[in-house]
Amino acid sequence: MSTPRIDGELKVRGLAPFAYEQRTERPLYLFPVLSRIAAGRVAALDTAAAEAAPGVFAVLTHANAPKLASTDNLELAVLQSADIGFRGQIIGAVLAETPEEARYAAGLVGHSYDESAHDARFRVDHPDAYTPEGVNGGQQADVSKGDVDAALASARTAVDHVYTTPIEHNNPMEPHTAVAQWDGRTLTLFDSTQGVHPARSVLAPLFGLEPDRMHVISPYVGGGFGSKGTPHAGEALTALAAFAADGRPVKYALTRQQMFPLAGYREPTHQHIRLAADPGGRLTAVSVDVTEPTSKIKEFAEQAGVPARTMYAAPNIRSTHRLVPLDVPVASWFRAPGECPGMFGLETAMDDLAAAAGIDPIELRRRNDTDVDPMSGKPFSARHLVECLDTGAERFGWERRRPEPGSRREGDWLIGLGVASSTYPFVRIPGSVARVRYRADGRYEVGIGAAELGTGTWTSLTQIAAEALGCPKESVMLAIGDTDEPNATIAGGSSGTASWGGAIIAAADEFREKFGERPEPDDEVRAESPTVTDAENFSLHSFGAQFAEVRVNSRTGEVRVDRLLGVFSVGRVINARTARSQFIGGMTMGLGMALHEESVMDPRFGHVVNHDLAGYHVPACADVHDIDAIWLDERDEHAGKLGARGIGEIGITGTAAAIANAAYNATGVRVRDLPLTLDKFLR
Amino acid sequence: MDASITMTVDGREHTLTVDTRTTLLDVVRDHLNNWSPKKGCDHGQCGACTMLVDGRRVTTCLSLAVAQDGRDVVTAAGLADGDQLHPVQQAFIDQDAFQCGYCTPGQVCSAVGMLDEAGGADLSDDEIRERMSGNLCRCGAYVNIVAAVRQAADGAPDGRRS
Amino acid sequence: MIPFAYSRADTTADAVRAVSADPDAAFIAGGTNLVDHMRLEIATPRTLVDVSRLPLGDVIDTADGGVAIGASVRNSDLAEHPAVRSRYPALSTALLSGASGQLRNLATTGGNLLQRTRCPYFHDPTTPCNKREPGTGCSALGGYARDAAIFAATPDCVATHPSDMAVALALYGGVVQVLGAAGDREIPLNEFYANEDPSHDTVLAHGELITGVRLPPPTGAPSTYRKVRDRESYAFALVSVAASLRVDGGHVADVRIACGGVAHKPWRAARAEEALRGAPASAASYEAAADAELAAADPLPGNEFKRRLLRGTLTAVLSELSEEQ
Repeated sequence: MSTPRIDGELKVRGLAPFAYEQRTERPLYLFPVLSRIAAGRVAALDTAAAEAAPGVFAVLTHANAPKLASTDNLELAVLQSADIGFRGQIIGAVLAETPEEARYAAGLVGHSYDESAHDARFRVDHPDAYTPEGVNGGQQADVSKGDVDAALASARTAVDHVYTTPIEHNNPMEPHTAVAQWDGRTLTLFDSTQGVHPARSVLAPLFGLEPDRMHVISPYVGGGFGSKGTPHAGEALTALAAFAADGRPVKYALTRQQMFPLAGYREPTHQHIRLAADPGGRLTAVSVDVTEPTSKIKEFAEQAGVPARTMYAAPNIRSTHRLVPLDVPVASWFRAPGECPGMFGLETAMDDLAAAAGIDPIELRRRNDTDVDPMSGKPFSARHLVECLDTGAERFGWERRRPEPGSRREGDWLIGLGVASSTYPFVRIPGSVARVRYRADGRYEVGIGAAELGTGTWTSLTQIAAEALGCPKESVMLAIGDTDEPNATIAGGSSGTASWGGAIIAAADEFREKFGERPEPDDEVRAESPTVTDAENFSLHSFGAQFAEVRVNSRTGEVRVDRLLGVFSVGRVINARTARSQFIGGMTMGLGMALHEESVMDPRFGHVVNHDLAGYHVPACADVHDIDAIWLDERDEHAGKLGARGIGEIGITGTAAAIANAAYNATGVRVRDLPLTLDKFLR
Repeated sequence: MDASITMTVDGREHTLTVDTRTTLLDVVRDHLNNWSPKKGCDHGQCGACTMLVDGRRVTTCLSLAVAQDGRDVVTAAGLADGDQLHPVQQAFIDQDAFQCGYCTPGQVCSAVGMLDEAGGADLSDDEIRERMSGNLCRCGAYVNIVAAVRQAADGAPDGRRS
Repeated sequence: MIPFAYSRADTTADAVRAVSADPDAAFIAGGTNLVDHMRLEIATPRTLVDVSRLPLGDVIDTADGGVAIGASVRNSDLAEHPAVRSRYPALSTALLSGASGQLRNLATTGGNLLQRTRCPYFHDPTTPCNKREPGTGCSALGGYARDAAIFAATPDCVATHPSDMAVALALYGGVVQVLGAAGDREIPLNEFYANEDPSHDTVLAHGELITGVRLPPPTGAPSTYRKVRDRESYAFALVSVAASLRVDGGHVADVRIACGGVAHKPWRAARAEEALRGAPASAASYEAAADAELAAADPLPGNEFKRRLLRGTLTAVLSELSEEQ
C-alpha cells in the first residue's frame, strides 16, 4: 500500500492548522522572563516599568502567579518559588495585547538575584556521580553476566576506548506552542504535543483538575522527535497564565532560543567501551560504562548502555550508567533515546574491533550474530540482522570497499565506505482505545486521540481502519488529536501505529461481530488495544544495517556523505510511501548527528552558547545527497495482529557510526567524539 | 508606533494599521489570519517564513511590515488556482516531499521563486540542493524535496526534460 | 524590539540629514541583520530611515573599465550581473555562497558591508560583550571561540567579520563610497573596518550612508572564491579565501589574496603575497606562503584548527588557479 498522505493537500497549501494557528477571540500574548543565573534565588523582579508599558495586561512572577495544586515536578512548577535550578529557567511572564508589546515589556523587567555558585561542567570523575535507580525505558541501570574482567584480561584482541556524543537539541521546525483558555470550568489547551491524553494526564493534576475538566487538542504537530513527548515548562506556563487572563485565551510560542533551555534535549554521553574477542573475532566480552550529566532539579537517564545488552552474542556482558548532577536545564527524550547514542559508541567500537582483528566489518557482525537475546536468553521473534547486512552489501557495492584506510583518492578527496547495525526494541504501550461508529451517510467514524507529527498517522490509521472494516478508505472518517476522542498512548518509542492500530483493529473486529456487515446508523463500539503476550516468550526487536560512502577533503577536512543506504527489518510496513520517508528522515537526522549537531555548553554561564539555527547546525538540503532505504518483506506475528514493530526511530540508530566508520576507511583518522567536524580531520 | 500600509496578499488588497515593530510574517499570520507561512526561528535561519514579495522569495520574519507598502505578497495558500494545485505543490505531494508539513509552505514558495530565478536553466540536482538550502526541514525530507523540485522543473511549460 | 518611528527617505541627502540629526536614528535597507538585532535588543534605534528605495540600485560600467555598484543593489542581483560574473567571478561566487536565496533577495550591497559579527556572545544580550556593551568584557575569551579571529584580534574583542562579499571586494580593491553630513568621501575597503574600539566596526561616522562600492578594472588574472564551513551550504565561513593568480613560465607573476573568517575584516594576506611573487607555481610554494602569513596568527584555544584550515584552503585555491593556466 502506498497511499498518498490524506493531509497532503492541506500541508502544501499551508492550511493544516497547528496549535498556535487556532482562531481565537481577543487573545493575550505571553512572553516569559528567563533567569540569567544558573543557581540561586530570585531576590526581586522589578516589574513596574513592564506593568506600565503599553498593552500590558499582567506581569506574573512567583510572587503573584496562581498556585499550582502540585509542585512535585520541578520542571513544570513554573513561578511557584524563587528557586533557580538552571540558567534560562522561567522566572516571570508578561501578558499583553500584542506579541510585540509582550516581548518588549518582558525586556523591561529588572532582575536581581541571590546567586549561588553553580556547577555546569560535565566531567566523568565528578565526585557527585551516582547510579540512578533505573534508566529511561524502564531498564536497570547496571546489568552484567559472566566474568567480564577475566575475559578482557585474557583477550587476544581487545578494544578499549571512550566514545562521546554531545548535547543535541531536537529542534522540530514548529516551535513548542500552546494556546490555553480557562472558562471557569474547563481548561482548553491547543498544544503541540505527541499525545493529547498523555499531556492531559501530566498537566491536569498540576492545576488540580479532573481529566474531564481539561480539553487538549492537537490535530497537527510540526515535528517533535521526542521533545513534544511530555509537556515542558512552556505549556505549564501558558496554562497557568490562562488562570490569570480573565477567561481570555493565552497564546505562547517559544522562540527558537528559548527552546534550548526549555524544551528538553539529549544529554551528552561518555561511553567507555571495552570489547574482547577470540582470534576469529567472536566476542568474549562486551563492557559499556556510560556517564552522563543530569539536571539537579529533574533526573533523566538516557539508556545509552542498553543496546549493548542485545546486539551481539557474548558470554560476558556488562553495561552500567552513572549520572553527574549539574545546574543545567532538564533533559528529555530525543529520537531513539539510548539506542541512538549507544549505537554510535557500540558500532564504532565494532569497527575498531574489525580493524584490530583484520576482519571485514560485515563478517565480524555475522560471526557475532545470535538467535537469542544475550541477556534474557529469550529467542528473538525475528532477527534478520545478517539478512539486512547481506542485502545492503550487495545493493551498496560493499565489495568495492578497500580494507586499507586512506587508499582511495580522487583529487583532494579521500573516499571510504562504512557500515553499522541499527536496532530498536518493539514497544507497545497498553491503554489505547478506539471507537467506531456507523453514520447515516454510510461512512464510519473512527476516533482515537492519536497524534500526527508527520509520521503519516492520518493516512496509516485510515488505511488500517478501512482494512479492518473491509470498506474503502473513502468511507472512513478519522478523528485524532483530541482528548474528546478515546484515550491514545503517546506517539513515541516507535509505538504509535502499532498501539493505535491495534485498538482500531480491535474496535473494528468488535463492531463487525456485533453489528455485522449491515449496521444501523449510530451503531458504535469502543475497544481497547489487546495486550501482547508473546513478549513474555520472545525478545521483540527491529534490526537494520546502514551503509555510508563518505568523502573527506585532504586539505580542508570537509566531510561529505555521498551515499547512505539503510536496510531494515521492522515487521510489517503499513504504508510504503510514508515509511520510506520516515526511514530516510531518521537517517538524515542521523547524518546531522554525525556531521553537525552539537550544543556547546559554556559552563561559566550554564547555557548553550550556539542556541539558534545558525549556531546549531541541522543538515541543510545541500548536505543530503543520495539516501535510500529499503526493508525486508515480513510480518511479525509475535508483535500483535498488525504484525508491525514500528519504524519511527530505528532509522537514526547506527547512521552516525556508519558515517564515522566510512570516514575512518577514507582517511585512517578514527573519530570517536561526535560530531565529525572538519577540524578533526586536519592533520 | 503605528503606521498605515496597503499591500496585496494572495490577490487581495489590504489597508492595515500596523505597529512599526510588526514583521511581514506576523502581519500575514496574526492580523490577516493567513497561517500558511510559518514561524520556525524568527531569525532568518530556517526559511519557514518564505513568501514571494513582488515575485521574489524572501524571509519575511526579517521584513518589517511597514516597509512593505505597495508590495504584492503571495503565500503558499495563494499559489493554487482554486482546486488546481500549483505544479510545485502537486510535485510535493507526488514525491512525499514532507512529513510534518511545517516547513512545507516555505519550501513550496522557495521552490517557486527559485525556479523563476533559474529562468528555465537546466538545474542539476546539486544546484537544486544548493538553491533550496535556505529552507531547513527537520523531518529530513530533502531527498524527496529535490525530487519534487526536479519534477516541477521538468514539467515546465517549455516541455524541457532533464 | 523597542518602539520606533519609521520613515522612508526620498533622496540620499534627506536620509543622511535625518539620521545625522538624531543619535538614536539608524538606516535600514534589506533589514536582514538590523531587524534581527532589534528583535534581540542588540540594536535599539528609536527612528528608522528606510533607504531601500533610494535610486542606488544600478551596476554601472565606469570609464576606467571598472564597475560602480549601487548600495541598494540586492546581493542576488549583483551575483547574477553579467559584468560581475564575467569580470569579477570571485565576487559572484562569494555572494552566492552567502546566506540563502531568500536572504540574498533582501540583502543589499551596503547592508552586507555593515553586517555585524556572528560571535554568539555578541548575539546574546545576557552575556558580557565589549562590542555590544563596551567595558563588560569579552566572553569569547575563555569560552566558545570556534568562530573567532586568528589575526589582529585585541584583548577586548576577537570577533570576525562574517561577510563573504566583502572578502571578494577586498580582493578586487573595492572602494566604499560614502555620503555624510559633511559631504561625500571614498574609503578603500582595506581601511573600512576597524577594531580599536570594538563597539565601532567601521570608520563610518553616525549618519554616514554608504551609497555604493567602486571596483577598479580587473587585473585579468584568474580569480576565485572558496568558502569552507560547517555545513555544505547556509552557514558562515570558518575560513574563506578569495584569490587571483597569474602564472608566467611556471612562476607566480601576479597574486592577490583576501581571507574571510580569520579577522575583524577581510584579511589581505600581504605576507603570503610577498612570499609568492616570483616563486615557482607549486603546492610547496603555496604552503610556504601560507606559513609566512600564519606566522602572524595568534589563535585561541578552540580555533587553532584555523591555522591548518587556512593553510589547506589557500593551497587548494592557488593550486586550482594555477592548474587552469
